[in-house]
Amino acid sequence: MNATVSLAQRLQERFGAQVQSCIERFGETTIEVASSDLPALARALRDEDVFGFEELIDVCGVDYLGYGQSEWENSGQATGTGYSRGVEGSSGPGRFDWDGRPREVDMPRRFAAVLHLLSLRHNRRLRVRVFCPHQGLPAVPSVTAIWPAANWFEREAFDLFGIVFEGHPDLRRILTDYGFVGHAFRKDFPLIGNVEVRYDPEQRRVIYQPVSIEPRVLVPRVVREDARYAQGAAETADHWRRN
Amino acid sequence: MEEIRNYTMNFGPQHPAAHGVLRLILEMDGEVVMRADPHIGLLHRGTEKLAESKPFNQSIGYMDRLDYVSMMCNEHAYVRAVEKLVGIEAPQRAQYIRTLFDEITRILNHLMWIGSNALDLGAMAVFLYAFREREELMDCYEGVSGARMHATYYRPGGVYRDLPERMPNYHASPWHKGADLKRLNQWRQGSMLDFLDAFSEDFPRKVDEYEELLTNNRIWKQRTVGIGVVSPEQARAWGMSGPMLRGSGIAWDLRKKQPYAAYADVDFDIPVGANGDCYDRYLVRVAEMRQSNRIIRQCVDWLRRNPGPVMLESHKIIPPHRAEMKNDMEALIHHFKLFTEGYSVPEGEVYSAVEAPKGEFGVYMISDGANKPFRVKLRAPGFVHLSSMDEIVRGHMLADVVAMIGTYDVVFGEIDR
Repeated sequence: MNATVSLAQRLQERFGAQVQSCIERFGETTIEVASSDLPALARALRDEDVFGFEELIDVCGVDYLGYGQSEWENSGQATGTGYSRGVEGSSGPGRFDWDGRPREVDMPRRFAAVLHLLSLRHNRRLRVRVFCPHQGLPAVPSVTAIWPAANWFEREAFDLFGIVFEGHPDLRRILTDYGFVGHAFRKDFPLIGNVEVRYDPEQRRVIYQPVSIEPRVLVPRVVREDARYAQGAAETADHWRRN
Repeated sequence: MEEIRNYTMNFGPQHPAAHGVLRLILEMDGEVVMRADPHIGLLHRGTEKLAESKPFNQSIGYMDRLDYVSMMCNEHAYVRAVEKLVGIEAPQRAQYIRTLFDEITRILNHLMWIGSNALDLGAMAVFLYAFREREELMDCYEGVSGARMHATYYRPGGVYRDLPERMPNYHASPWHKGADLKRLNQWRQGSMLDFLDAFSEDFPRKVDEYEELLTNNRIWKQRTVGIGVVSPEQARAWGMSGPMLRGSGIAWDLRKKQPYAAYADVDFDIPVGANGDCYDRYLVRVAEMRQSNRIIRQCVDWLRRNPGPVMLESHKIIPPHRAEMKNDMEALIHHFKLFTEGYSVPEGEVYSAVEAPKGEFGVYMISDGANKPFRVKLRAPGFVHLSSMDEIVRGHMLADVVAMIGTYDVVFGEIDR
C-alpha cells in the first residue's frame, strides 16, 4: 500500500461525490456524507481492505442550534453603571425555559450524527458526519446491521437529541428516566430541566411538578477572536461558515 | 402436556453484584438466560450538558466523577482534547507525571476490580488485600491534589503542581497507633518519589498474594474458565477495547499504538489472552498491574533525574501563580480574566482518546470559538461493553451473569454519565 496517499485522498477516490466534504485537521480526518449514502458507505468502510474500519468507536448526536453565538456582547462604551457581567433575560443558549424556547427555527443543518471509526488493522481513525435532512423529524439510517456496537449509541442519540435511526431494531430511551418527556441534550432544552421530583407527604407518594429553581448563568458564553489562534481559525472558519 | 413458559426476572438496581445501579431484566428458562436487557441511566447526571454550560477548566472536576475508580485517566482525555484544540503541549515533566499517575490509576482500578469481582464470585479475602494497597495509592492522589479521589490534578498545559517534596505522614489516632503507625509511616519518610519507589519495589509481591488466592483456586476457575467467551470477531463488532479486547487475543493498546504523554519512551508489554473468557481477562488484568508497576518505576526514575516546569507559562490559558499575582499587574489581570471568563478556544473539533483501565476512554469536543465547549461527548468504554451483554450472556446460567458483570468492570459513573 502506498503510504504517501492520504486517507482523505483515498476516500475521495473511492467514493467520489458521495464524500460531500473532507477535512484533515489536528491529524484527524472528517468526512461528511448524505444520510442516504450512509449504509452503503459504512459497509464499504468496514469491508474493503484499504479502509478496514472494523470498529465503531462512537456515535454522537450534535445539535448545532446556537452555534457560534455569544451571550454577552461588549458594547465598547462605558456607562454610568459600568458593565453588567450577569446574563439578563431568559433567552440564550442553554437556559431557555420550555415556554420561551425557539420554535420553528429555520435551520436546515441542525442535527447531525457523528460516527467515529477505528481501524485496528491500519491503526487509523475516521470521523463521519451525517446531517439529518429534516429538522422537524430528524432521521438518519441506522448502522446497527454493520456494527452492532451502534445499538446503544443510537439509542442514546435518540434519547438525548430525538434523532430517529431508521432500521434500528429496538429504538427506546436509554439514559433518561422512564416516562421522560423531551430530548434533554437539545440546545433548546433548559439545563435545569422542566420537572422536579419530590415526595409529597399529603398524597403520600412521589410526585412530579414544574421545576422551581431559576435558571442562571454564572459565566456568560463569549466568543473571542485571539490573534494566536488566527491561523487555525482561518482553516476551519471558512468550512463552518459555509454551512 | 403443560405449557412451559419463560419467566422474567428483575436484577438490581439495588443488588450488591450489580456494581452500582445496573438494572437487568432477564428472561429465564429455568436457570438459563434467554435474553438480557440491561436498563441503564439511573445515575445519569448529564455531565456532557453541564460541560456545555461551563468554561473549559471548570469541567475537569466532572471528569473525575465519570469513572470514579479511574479518575485521572478521564481527566487526561479531557485535557488532551483541550490542549489539542488550543494547540499547546504540556512540558515533558508534566507528561511523565501524567504517565505516572495514569499507571497509578490503572493499578487502583484493577485492584478495585479484582476485589469486587472476587467478592461477587464468593472470595471475600481478596477484597481486603486489594484495599490495603489501594489505600497507599490513594495517599499519592491526596499528596498531589489534596483529594483522595476527585483530584482535578491535570490541567490543560500540564499538571496543577509538582510532586510534593515530603510525603504526608499518618498521625497517631485510635485507628493508627503504635507499631501499626510506625509501619504505615515507614515508607513515608522521604518525598513522594521515595514512597513510590518503596511501593513499587514491594508491589509485585502483593500481586503474587492476589494470584496465590485466585489463579489456581479451584472455585475461582470453575466460575471463570470458559464463561463469557468473547470471540475476536465479537470483540471487534461490539467496539470493545482495553482488557476486553486483549482478553480475546487482539494485541491492541493505545499506549503502544497511538502513544500519548510519555508512553513512547517507557518500556512495557501488552498482555494478551487466548480464549476470551472471564479467566483470561482476569489474567490480562493481573499482568497489566505488573506492567503498570514497571512503568511507574521508570517514571519515578526519570522524574528524579529531570526537574523542570510542570505547567506552561502562557498566561492566556494557564493562570499565573498566586505569589506572582501579588506583585504583577499583568498577572492579576490574567488571573481575573481566567477565573471570570476563562479562555476562548479556537473553532474546531477533536477526538482524543486514552487507554483508560477499562478500555478506550475518548472525549469528542466541538468548540465554536467560545469560552465553553459547544458539545462534549464522552466515549465511555463501559457503555460499549455493557451493550454487548445480551449477546454474551445468552445461554449462560444466572450465576454467570454476575461473573460477566464483574468481568466487564462496569462503573456506572461513566456508563450513565
